[in-house]
Amino acid sequence: MPTMTAPQPLLEKYPEGSVVAQEGLDQETWVVDRAVLKDLARDLRDNSETRFDMMLDLCGVDYPDRGESGGDRFEAVYHLYSMPNNRRLRLKVPLPEGDPQLPSLIEVWKACDWFEREAYDMFGFRFEGHPNLRRLLTHEAFQGHPLRKDYDSTQRWILPDDKVYRPKHLEEFSESAGADTDGDLFERMTLNIGPSHPATHGTFRVMAAIDGETIVASDVEIGYLHRCFEKMAETHTWQQVIPFTDRLNYCSSFINNVGYCRTVEKLLGIEAPPKAVWARTILSEFSRIMDHCVCNGSTLVDTGGLTNFWYLFQPREEIYGLLESVCGARLTVSACRIGGLIQDLPPDFEARCRHLLEIIPPLVDDSERLVVKNRIWLERAVGVAAISGEEAVEWGWTGPCLRASGVGYDVRKAAPYDLYDTVDWEVPVFYGGDIHDRFRVRMAEIRQSLSIIRQLLDRGMPEGPHIVDDPHVALPPKDVAYNQMEAMIYHFKLIMDGIRVPPGEQYDMVEGANGELGFYVISDGGGKPYRIKVRPPCFPIFSTFPYLINGGAVSDAIITLGGLNIVAGELER
Amino acid sequence: MSELPGLKEHPKTVQPHRMTLAERLWLPLFAGMWVTIRHFVKNLFHMSKLPTIQYPEQRRNYSHRFRGHHILTSRPDGSLRCVACFLCATACPADCIHIEAGEDPDVNIEKYPVVYEIEMLRCVFCGYCVDACPEEAIIMSNNYDMAFFNRSQTVAGKDDLVRPYNVDPARLGYRPHYPEEEEQRRRLQQGVVDLVAEARSRQESGEGEREVAAS
Repeated sequence: MPTMTAPQPLLEKYPEGSVVAQEGLDQETWVVDRAVLKDLARDLRDNSETRFDMMLDLCGVDYPDRGESGGDRFEAVYHLYSMPNNRRLRLKVPLPEGDPQLPSLIEVWKACDWFEREAYDMFGFRFEGHPNLRRLLTHEAFQGHPLRKDYDSTQRWILPDDKVYRPKHLEEFSESAGADTDGDLFERMTLNIGPSHPATHGTFRVMAAIDGETIVASDVEIGYLHRCFEKMAETHTWQQVIPFTDRLNYCSSFINNVGYCRTVEKLLGIEAPPKAVWARTILSEFSRIMDHCVCNGSTLVDTGGLTNFWYLFQPREEIYGLLESVCGARLTVSACRIGGLIQDLPPDFEARCRHLLEIIPPLVDDSERLVVKNRIWLERAVGVAAISGEEAVEWGWTGPCLRASGVGYDVRKAAPYDLYDTVDWEVPVFYGGDIHDRFRVRMAEIRQSLSIIRQLLDRGMPEGPHIVDDPHVALPPKDVAYNQMEAMIYHFKLIMDGIRVPPGEQYDMVEGANGELGFYVISDGGGKPYRIKVRPPCFPIFSTFPYLINGGAVSDAIITLGGLNIVAGELER
Repeated sequence: MSELPGLKEHPKTVQPHRMTLAERLWLPLFAGMWVTIRHFVKNLFHMSKLPTIQYPEQRRNYSHRFRGHHILTSRPDGSLRCVACFLCATACPADCIHIEAGEDPDVNIEKYPVVYEIEMLRCVFCGYCVDACPEEAIIMSNNYDMAFFNRSQTVAGKDDLVRPYNVDPARLGYRPHYPEEEEQRRRLQQGVVDLVAEARSRQESGEGEREVAAS
């Protein structure tokens, strides 16, 4: 029984052995029997001392070896976070192969909705009590569960027309289409927005039942961009996964690189050299500016404000130039390596950064001046798709969207990484919870990011190497590898076998441009990851979307989508 | 951390923005109008400084680290430096490099690539092949516009990888060493250059984009 960490009365009522603490891991971990899971979850949320108000991530892990030796083959892993106590907890629920069934926690944390559907899809876990347990990322005619280790990933499944999902609660609308049922002269119809629609900024399908201009019921289908990043990662070396992470949130791919590399570095027990950490912080902030510019710019395009789009895309273009001068690519940068950076920084790095600090603020100011007090925009955005802080936390929201609802949670403050605790900056918080405040939060964050970058540049670039000097992790410098036998052998070993990461597991998070971007990695000691789970920040946010748009107009749904900053690459992985 | 709002008690309601009197009277609209007019006039009289680039007549001047189309480098006698060690093919996360090795008549070299193909549609331009190469036999150019008329052209063979950019040093991209940076570094150490001012003047004179003849 874990006694030191949980308040005694909380665990006393559970039978002996049903909640066991697992020692020696990166964070507090309890192995929980599925029979008591639901009660424990409710207690953890409601107990005044624990107050785990947020379900960050739920994923499955498959251990076929354990199954063969008579144990439980599967494990469902929950990552919980208590905002008031700034404390994290991992719950592991072992599940036998024949009967992978566990209670749905959707009544405890609403965020479980899509996460449970994803685990069902990927592993075949059956969540008892889930109201709508069907596949999420793959299609209806898909056979098998792709993230199980015995799934043959060369199989192809075709989706026939008669298997395409048609939501039941919208079907009655199709039947009564064209009818004016409530006598207000507006006809009913069902409207498909997407999968490929210019206003969705990505490929997802929104099915809306509309009465006149108002959305009465809606459903969302995703998975069109699903490429099973997590399965691919299991067949590549640790270093080879980095280009895949670029494609998660492709608007700020550098932050994804940092998040992944930091997690693996923690598992390896190494730290990037000061120069790399310094550059990572600066480039992460530039990426955040870029992402916010894209998000705000495209939200305004959806409302008809095309001018902002031009003003805001100019900084983005210039920042791409900076990233390109560092690593050679603009969008999918792959600029980090485990242990440091891809290459040494160019000599004009600081000059380029300072030049950007000169040109970005006037453009951001201009863009803001166009809309933020403009009545046309205010009437369009204030109060649209509003969500209170409490509800947002229940749904698992993080990032700027949560901070627009009055909850100042930011990973850079709650668990500072890189150099964030050494600079002076604030977390902008607004209380409207609507599109307008999401816009304002992002604009304020751009200014904070600029201030962080300015302080770091004033501090000066640290001397030293750009990557750790450890031949087991980083490739030796080329001129050494050409001339020394030992370095040459390390070079070959690293590329043929990959980095040997010690067995263990690690959850680590960075503040992505739209929330907490977490990586849960498990290593079995080989050259390839055993399991990588990404906690995509926009996944829980988008699961709220059908509830946010109900009752609003169709055009409100479009700007809601823009304002939430949904990036399909990250949502569907 | 603890001083941040909303963490202990999450707000249960929302407080949407209330319009001020000025906003009700549409007054800030004129400030916005002024911004647009200012940009319009500025752009009208300084057409050369427009941020828009007239591609393909004008092109953005990318850095010498750009990860573009690959190049296979040659030895002074014109033979390929590649020794068909398969490291690039192993390091490639996209599995886009296909090599078939043959025996080189020169006993000191042992192997050479009979076939060296890169599937350009699969390639993600991550540069791992350049990092992996122990011979500096594969580097990248700054060519990014690769257009094809049919699928067979999308597989770049030895000829496509050797010929196009090998001769022009201005077209080189991502590689292990950058001689052009040495000069910049040396000038910086002497403290004779203000790179910020240089970047600013480049931006203002519109030199950031170089013009090339459309071929």
